[in-house]
Amino acid sequence: MSLSVDIGLSRPGFTLDVAFDSPGGVTALFGRSGAGKSTIAGLLAGLVKPDRGRILVDGEVLVDRSAGIFVPPHRRRIGSVFQDGRLFPHLTVRRNLLYGAWFAGQRASGKPLSDIVELLGIGPLLERRPATLSGGEKQRVAIGRALLMAPRLLVLDEPLAALDQPRKDEILPYLERLRDETRLPMVYVSHARDEVVRLADRLVVIEAGRVVSSGPIAEVSSRFDAATGAEPAAVLAVTVGAIDRAHGLATLDFAGGRLTVPAGRLVPGQPLRLQIRARDVAIAIGRPEGLSILNILPATILDMRDTGPTAVGLRLDCGGTVLVAEITRLSAEVLGLAPGRAVYALVKSVSFDRPAVE
Amino acid sequence: MPLLTPLEAEAFGLSLRIGAWSAGMSLPPALAVAWLLARGRFRGRTLLSAIVHLPLVLPPVVTGYALLLLFGRHGPIGAWLESWFGFTFAFRWTGAALAAGVMGFPLVVRALQLSIEAVEPGLEQAAATLGARPAMVFLTVTLPLILPGLLAGLLLGFAKSLGEFGATITFVSNIPGETRTLPIAIYTLLQVPGTDAAVLRLSALSVAVSVVAVFGSELVARRLRRRTAGA
Repeated sequence: MSLSVDIGLSRPGFTLDVAFDSPGGVTALFGRSGAGKSTIAGLLAGLVKPDRGRILVDGEVLVDRSAGIFVPPHRRRIGSVFQDGRLFPHLTVRRNLLYGAWFAGQRASGKPLSDIVELLGIGPLLERRPATLSGGEKQRVAIGRALLMAPRLLVLDEPLAALDQPRKDEILPYLERLRDETRLPMVYVSHARDEVVRLADRLVVIEAGRVVSSGPIAEVSSRFDAATGAEPAAVLAVTVGAIDRAHGLATLDFAGGRLTVPAGRLVPGQPLRLQIRARDVAIAIGRPEGLSILNILPATILDMRDTGPTAVGLRLDCGGTVLVAEITRLSAEVLGLAPGRAVYALVKSVSFDRPAVE
Repeated sequence: MPLLTPLEAEAFGLSLRIGAWSAGMSLPPALAVAWLLARGRFRGRTLLSAIVHLPLVLPPVVTGYALLLLFGRHGPIGAWLESWFGFTFAFRWTGAALAAGVMGFPLVVRALQLSIEAVEPGLEQAAATLGARPAMVFLTVTLPLILPGLLAGLLLGFAKSLGEFGATITFVSNIPGETRTLPIAIYTLLQVPGTDAAVLRLSALSVAVSVVAVFGSELVARRLRRRTAGA
């Protein structure tokens, strides 16, 4: 799958002008509310017509204003999941799920109903009507409905924004399974960093109708760039190693070394994505002794830049993995930090992509 | 003694038949117009709305006269229908149904338009992204969701046509067994002294039928709403 977007749109008080490409996987459109992310989702689905530009999916032109091409939504084969679910209130869950599948009937059909029902855990809901479902259940059904139309691309427009945290935690594992088991390309619109870190392969940061940053998630999120509108953080793919039951700790292995964290419900061999925020990393020039911090990683300074009147952002190479740290400029001067210098990164805290601790 | 004299029963039956036909036949065009007014974005939308609502504010006599000019034997549409299909509105019960339909049209459109506007456009958009052509979106999403409004509009049109008087008598006159509906029969009886009992009987009948129609529409609408709400 490849997605190529280059579009412009003008509305009173709002201008959208964005271009980005995606080779597949999960592409997150990330930014504040009102930045234009949902408009882009609407443009992809065909519910909004751009003033100019092109949208290509797998080389097929869906929109090309200069050539007068605009493929209507029902012929795009792009599944959409909306923030408000939009289940048909007059149909049962089963008939909601099969709605798109029925129109998709002729073409090579996707997964059977039973697979999707199992994947999303919605078996007990099939004969119920949407009004009797919880918010989380509604969104799972909405995702299932979009999957059953056998889409070539799934656009999720803030699918969790209307839910409280427990409901989000209920759905996120299903989205991860979806990503890992179906390999269906997705565009995931969100303003929530934790969702994006957990799900996305690529990040497109949108602000005021423009793309301010885009690329692989680990790269974009580690940039010290005020324009991304988000706190810099390293995103690490790790594997759970040994578990020390006596101390309740687990080791996490990644390319640049090993981290020790509270074990919680982690199981050995489990893959995880985690985030280490720049402000949770301190720097030492020698291996510190007598410190309570468990995670001390040798690293080399890649580059440094001022991130405020008193702060400096550092990007560190830790055995091939990029870590980021934000410290005071005074500290940087006192320690004599400069690119190329070998240092120790002291990781004060690690945020997981899933609730690892009970 | 039977409840109604044969003449009265005839007027009653005629009213029911004209009401059913006028409401039924005005439904498809009313649905189209209501959809245009609720969802359409085109120039002349306000004008269309004004024309549709005209029978509500015009004196019924004027509406009846306009129908006579257009659909009478010598009117452009009436003459054409007669020469091509041998079909006549003038001075026949079909004309009474037309007059009643036109007079009730704004009410039916109004009921339908409100229920179409109440359908969340997001649902129709969702259906489109799932592969439904616009006609299928209408049939599988919009139509089922407006069913309560549709039935309410139908019964409202029916009830309205039972009471139609001015346009009917102007357009198709007062012919026993053909165009003498309940209100016209009441009016005719009022012209004759000593018919108080008959006038009262027919008036009570009118009230009863109207009440049943209006209550029925409420009841059906509520039951359907409960079904779509899924509670």
